[in-house]
Amino acid sequence: MSLLDIDERILELADLVDLDRSPFDDKKAFDRPVDVGFIEGGCANEYNVRTLRDFRRHCRILVSVGACAINGGVPAMRNTIGLKECLEAVYLGGPTLEGGGMIPNDEDLPLMLDRVYPSHEVVRIDYFLPGCPPSGEAIWEGLSALLTGREPALPYQLFKYE
Amino acid sequence: MDDATIRFTVDGIEIEAVAGQTVIEACDAAGIYIPRLCHHPDLAPAGQCRVCTCTINGRNGAACVTPAMQGMVVENETKPLNDDRRAIIEMLFVEGNHPCVYCVASGDCELQALGYRLGLDAPKQPYLWPGRPLDTTHPDIILDHDRCILCSRCIRASRMEDGKTVFGFEGRGIAMRLNVDAQGGLGETQMAAIDRAASVCPVACIVIKRDSYKVPNGKRRFDVSPIGSDIEAKRMPRT
Ligand code: SF4
Ligand code: SF4
Ligand code: FES
Repeated sequence: MSLLDIDERILELADLVDLDRSPFDDKKAFDRPVDVGFIEGGCANEYNVRTLRDFRRHCRILVSVGACAINGGVPAMRNTIGLKECLEAVYLGGPTLEGGGMIPNDEDLPLMLDRVYPSHEVVRIDYFLPGCPPSGEAIWEGLSALLTGREPALPYQLFKYE
Repeated sequence: MDDATIRFTVDGIEIEAVAGQTVIEACDAAGIYIPRLCHHPDLAPAGQCRVCTCTINGRNGAACVTPAMQGMVVENETKPLNDDRRAIIEMLFVEGNHPCVYCVASGDCELQALGYRLGLDAPKQPYLWPGRPLDTTHPDIILDHDRCILCSRCIRASRMEDGKTVFGFEGRGIAMRLNVDAQGGLGETQMAAIDRAASVCPVACIVIKRDSYKVPNGKRRFDVSPIGSDIEAKRMPRT
């Protein structure tokens, strides 16, 4: 969503790029290689890993965007507790539970990973845009650098971990 | 030039020191910032973190514990030294738990500020996610071991400034931990929120309760300007 914070520059962007796959168009799968991919969020389950690997396969340049992609963010709070303890606390010991509760176990649910992993611990990442979220300015700086063949370099005021 | 004046160069800039000053003290006074983490101007130097490592007469040494000497040649702002410093900062990030996103110190944290200054966009080492306890036994202070970077500032402040022995280290290497001198946690020690030891922590390990967010995010020290810019400002107008 932070991409929308680039405001009217989105029109400039539309002139510069062909958007292939994004939450805007809800396209489910790649059908061609693309130049630049932005990935957000860490890997909490095997579906996330498949999506990330799919991006890596189809994107010439892959950019890790935001704190969750870079260090797991809030979902990674479970990493120091342990998956089992976490699931038990929520589904077996939750204060609003009635009649015991059970840990969800359905074949349609993606398998949870032991930990939440940042993107670069799963695939090779070319560039990182830190921030929670990175500001529209930071995203624009990173994107416009890549589109014009510059190395992305965020000025101090845009370089934030939060 | 009187005999007590020591002259040496840092990155080719000649500066003066008085006898007894360390390299980092002389540079601070001269407006040259050497990155540092365990060093605090009010505390005895410890040489613990090695972030301040400079090349001094061709050999690497910690600037916070090296005395200034006549004619020494110091290199500070070089790519290899800053790469090593970034690697130390990286290791501290992955060896502890540092979610800046929901940390009370964000914007006011020296570890984070060094990450910003040294351009650390993401650590290259894998995160270790250690399980570390949170000590909430004290009525006024939280001890969040997730954030501790083992700089020993609190240990030095407690012993030398407060005349207490609240903090110490236990274990070695990656198993090294900060501990307090009471079985029941910080609440059972002599620690008080007004102690010097409570205000020297460079990260959010020692946190005073009910004291956070007085300065809102976005307006904190390192939101406004990079770490070290106060020191560098002393050198600024060179006309
Ligand atoms: S102590 Fe500093 S580096 Fe660690 S999480 Fe808090 S702001 Fe980030
Ligand atoms: S609690 Fe703070 S001051 Fe003490 S060793 Fe840990 S990081 Fe340093
Ligand atoms: S600041 Fe010199 S070793 Fe830490």
